[in-house]
Amino acid sequence: MSRIFVKGNEAIARGALDAGCRCYFGYPITPQNEIPEYMSRVLPGIGGQFVQAESEIAAVNMLLGAGACGVRAMTSSSSPGISLKQEAISYMAGSDLPGVIVNISRGGPGLGDIGPSQGDYFQAVKGGGHGDYRQLVLAPASVQEAYDLTMLAFELAFAYRNPVMVLGDAIIGQMMEPISQREPVHPDPDESGSWRLEGSGERKPRVIKSLRLAEGSLGDHNLHLQEKYEKARRECRHEEFLTQDAELVVVAFGSIGRIVKSTIRRLRQEGYRVGLLRPVSLYPFPSSALQELAGQGRRFLTIEHNLGQMVEDVRLALCGQARCGVYGHLPGNLPTPDDFEEPIVKAMKERK
Amino acid sequence: MSVYQDVIIAGFGGQGVMIMGSLLAVAAMESDLQVTYIPVYGPEMRGGTANCTVVISDEEVGSPIIKRPLSLMAMNRPSLEKFQPRVKDKGLVVFNSSLVDARLADNGRVEVYKVPANDIAADLGNIRMANMVALGAYVRVTGIVELKAVQHSLEKVIPQRYHHLLPLNSRALEAGTEGVSRCQKTGV
Amino acid sequence: MEEVLAYKSPDILADTPTHFCPGCHHGIVHKLLASCLEEAGLARRSICVAAIGCCAFIYNYVLVDSLEAPHGRAPAVATGVKRSHPDSFVFAYQGDGDLASIGLAEIMHAANRGERISVIYVNNTVYGMTGGQMAPTTMVGQKTTTTPGGRQAQTDGYPMQMAEIMAGLRGVRFAARVAVNNIKNLKKARKALFKAFEVQQQGIGLGFVEFLAACPTNWRMSPVEANARVAGDMIHCFPLGVFKDETPEER
Repeated sequence: MSRIFVKGNEAIARGALDAGCRCYFGYPITPQNEIPEYMSRVLPGIGGQFVQAESEIAAVNMLLGAGACGVRAMTSSSSPGISLKQEAISYMAGSDLPGVIVNISRGGPGLGDIGPSQGDYFQAVKGGGHGDYRQLVLAPASVQEAYDLTMLAFELAFAYRNPVMVLGDAIIGQMMEPISQREPVHPDPDESGSWRLEGSGERKPRVIKSLRLAEGSLGDHNLHLQEKYEKARRECRHEEFLTQDAELVVVAFGSIGRIVKSTIRRLRQEGYRVGLLRPVSLYPFPSSALQELAGQGRRFLTIEHNLGQMVEDVRLALCGQARCGVYGHLPGNLPTPDDFEEPIVKAMKERK
Repeated sequence: MSVYQDVIIAGFGGQGVMIMGSLLAVAAMESDLQVTYIPVYGPEMRGGTANCTVVISDEEVGSPIIKRPLSLMAMNRPSLEKFQPRVKDKGLVVFNSSLVDARLADNGRVEVYKVPANDIAADLGNIRMANMVALGAYVRVTGIVELKAVQHSLEKVIPQRYHHLLPLNSRALEAGTEGVSRCQKTGV
Repeated sequence: MEEVLAYKSPDILADTPTHFCPGCHHGIVHKLLASCLEEAGLARRSICVAAIGCCAFIYNYVLVDSLEAPHGRAPAVATGVKRSHPDSFVFAYQGDGDLASIGLAEIMHAANRGERISVIYVNNTVYGMTGGQMAPTTMVGQKTTTTPGGRQAQTDGYPMQMAEIMAGLRGVRFAARVAVNNIKNLKKARKALFKAFEVQQQGIGLGFVEFLAACPTNWRMSPVEANARVAGDMIHCFPLGVFKDETPEER
């Protein structure tokens, strides 16, 4: 298939449409505006709905409503707007509702800047809203992956009836690369047939809610959710690069993952035995892949575009089996392969 | 030897450096190469210069952002002053000699080519073609993609409303390949 | 003697005691809504968006496909429902704290977009479920748990008159304020509901019906006293009437 040259944000919009997304709800915020702009051009012409909502809060609640009707729908925003969406994401998780939320994150905290950052890792993977819930999180490292993972996000959202987040940053959203589009998916109309709202017709009315007051029912529901998250572990995805003979494995995700790859290629030429493990799904986290590498005596260094968030999950996975340092790249500074040479070399020389 | 090239393309706003970058990138894509293009974004936007980075390779591209590029296209003086020191030793610089004094070129450390892009564009009848002239020059000296691939990619990159200018853009690219010359080392 | 069926409860009204306090008007509004939906033939394609507050449990009583919205967000959720499933009949049922305070942006913009939804808004001047705190609709001078000396305009502002505000928005095609404190008002309320349904059915915009409702528990009154307050102070503060009617027959 021939390739087209598009921005990451446009690839996400195209991935959504090719996954059968027919409703988009959003509110303008940099650096993700190409997503609503693309959707507003395309959706009305294919029988879909585009709503520029009054706020991120309203947009994600529209997503909740469309999800309850079993319709593939999406919202997107950037960090401050994603904070506003947390309430409804919690409700969606509590109501077993599918939906795709895209975060093209920027620097924080607060208004921060509009440059790239991975400061939203905790919010994305630990459940940024209230209650004991999880959302699946996919982190693309290229424009092609932004397209592919957005398509996957819809599959997972409906397979697990759960919110799924695509977590990119200003680099992923703004860069342009060639992508190959796949055959559009035509979702099975029955995929939501057993639970969606559509008017009761002749059947018993359905209620979709998260409020559970009857004795034991909230506990049971939480157990049901945990079982779902346990099942979702099989959706773990990661990429390994030159780890087979590596003394040091760098763990990095998204844009930083691919930038580190360039650093590693360069250091390999200088004889450093260093490899990369790039988590593609941040939740579920590729813990067993890390454990396996730890079992083979590797050491680890996490590199993130924040001051150390994912490293907590890496250390949790390693469970003391191996050491893991962290190099945090400051938000507000564009990361380049040169920036990571010294920390990697330093980590390799430690304990040698 | 595998194919790899990276370039920072810089100029002032309105010189069309983003179009240069995306055109080069699409030409690379059409040549079955891997490529990534990123407009500069963040703190570097300050200072009045616009720039973008293009990385071209025959294998998967790692970083889209390059601190020390192998090559530079500088469309004006502030761009040359800002980015030339970052170009790797033995790297390559193509600059717009209509607007930049050749004496500013760091000849010797890097390989420097000049092209009077504005003058050539003016001779063609449209000064806004200077970016195409410079890109033509760059393609000639690096050989990273065929000039024809760039010319064929024009219609994918230039907005529809400017399609009447496609032939002129194409001529400007070609004129750039002819108008580029290597700076003499003694010119320092 | 032959038995004559003098009254039949709506089929979609659950045959179960409600959790509402004695004298609360929510139960009356629920029943009215259920009978209107049934009579209009809309019950089986209805999707109810429930809000947060005393009326959160509407899905236990009005038996149609239902969805719970976060606090104040029902008009946004209803927008998502209607846009994604336009063949359904969609209504939101919200209280005054939900709609006129935390959810003001959502109702204003759903209304301004002219979403094809019907909004049933029950105004009892207090936050009922949380124990009777001041609401945006609390009347000047009215005592609540957070206005122990009575609401003061100077510091707490004025009661918000949502039906009039809604009528001022072009996307709204029907806006009325009604009460259910006596049979005469109940009949008018019924009419208003049908009109609100109609503008959705016609696909011309949003229909809005504000119900004045008694909250004897939080007003610290008997049901009879509370009903009298609706007829007196409350209707005085929130005049009943149709503020906008752009149904085809009225235009």
